[in-house]
Amino acid sequence: MSDARENGDRGTQRIEEAALSARLQRLNEGLARNQARRPSESPGVDRATTASGYARGFRLSSELVAGVVVGAGIGWLIDRLLGVSPWGLMIFLLLGFAAGVLNVMRSAGVVAGSALDDGSPGTRKE
Amino acid sequence: MQLNPIEQFQIHNMAPLFSVGGQQFHFTNSALLMLIIVVLISLLLIGATVPRAVVPGRLQSIAEMSYEFVAKTVRDSAGTEGMRFFPFVFTLFMFVLFANVIGLIPYSFTVTSQLIVTACLALLVFFIVVAYGFWKNGLHFLNLFVPKGVPKLILPAIVLIEILSFLSRPVSHSVRLFANMLAGHITLQVFAGFVIMLAGAGILGIFGAALPFIMVILLTALELLVAFLQAYVFAILTCIYLNDAIHPGH
Repeated sequence: MSDARENGDRGTQRIEEAALSARLQRLNEGLARNQARRPSESPGVDRATTASGYARGFRLSSELVAGVVVGAGIGWLIDRLLGVSPWGLMIFLLLGFAAGVLNVMRSAGVVAGSALDDGSPGTRKE
Repeated sequence: MQLNPIEQFQIHNMAPLFSVGGQQFHFTNSALLMLIIVVLISLLLIGATVPRAVVPGRLQSIAEMSYEFVAKTVRDSAGTEGMRFFPFVFTLFMFVLFANVIGLIPYSFTVTSQLIVTACLALLVFFIVVAYGFWKNGLHFLNLFVPKGVPKLILPAIVLIEILSFLSRPVSHSVRLFANMLAGHITLQVFAGFVIMLAGAGILGIFGAALPFIMVILLTALELLVAFLQAYVFAILTCIYLNDAIHPGH
């Protein structure tokens, strides 16, 4: 008898679970619709940079320094490996500076990045 | 408390582990902190998911909020396809966040103030981006370096600049986190040192010590913000770089 009751309990439980999962499903669909409608997919980096001027300054300066450092490093390597000193360092230092400026302008959002956070992801696949 | 502001970043050997080619490897205080971080994160997330309540408790709320937060970050900047990298980004975010926040506890150690740690994390991201980009898009991935609508004449220079810009990513990615943590902790230490030095200088000094002490309190609050913000920036940059690997064709 208690067995039957347990079975009945389990049955109602199952029904409840089914109802619950149906509700969850509906909720998920609603959420998905809501999220699709939202003008999301904006380059999230904007929020990261405007969150605080301090972080923004740090970010921009590190972008510039990184470009210059990488350019100088590659130029120095080319000089060492190919023995064309000082041309590699000279040219790549300048290119690195340009890359650093490009980095800064991109992360500041001045230039719409050609490769970086540009437009909406997911639609750009060719 | 030590007055030398650099001393807090020193690595101490705690136990010899093994040696490879005559190079002895030690278990260091940095490794200990990393272990603690990983254990704490695991405990938090496992403990939070045990109840599995529909209405979350406190711990479960923390876990759910961090999930939602990182998931939104990934979706916003790498699209829905980026969600396959969610575990990776979530792990990075939690690790950096815990490392930054635990580092603020006095007498502990900040793992992310070591350039080698942040550089390894950034290089990991970099190589995953390169490997996944080539694996998914093949040579199409190289389109990343060829912006559209550029005159043929200056295209070689632009491509070189783009490549350099791409290569500089792991540098800025790692240096940003490292420099923020390093600078913050040095500033804190210097002001804390002022408090001690002034307090040792007699009655007047004790009143004078109040000023840097207030500064230390404010700086600690700022550092807490920076700790969170830098973890977020690290995660979001990871997402943006991954986005390039997923959708390189522009």
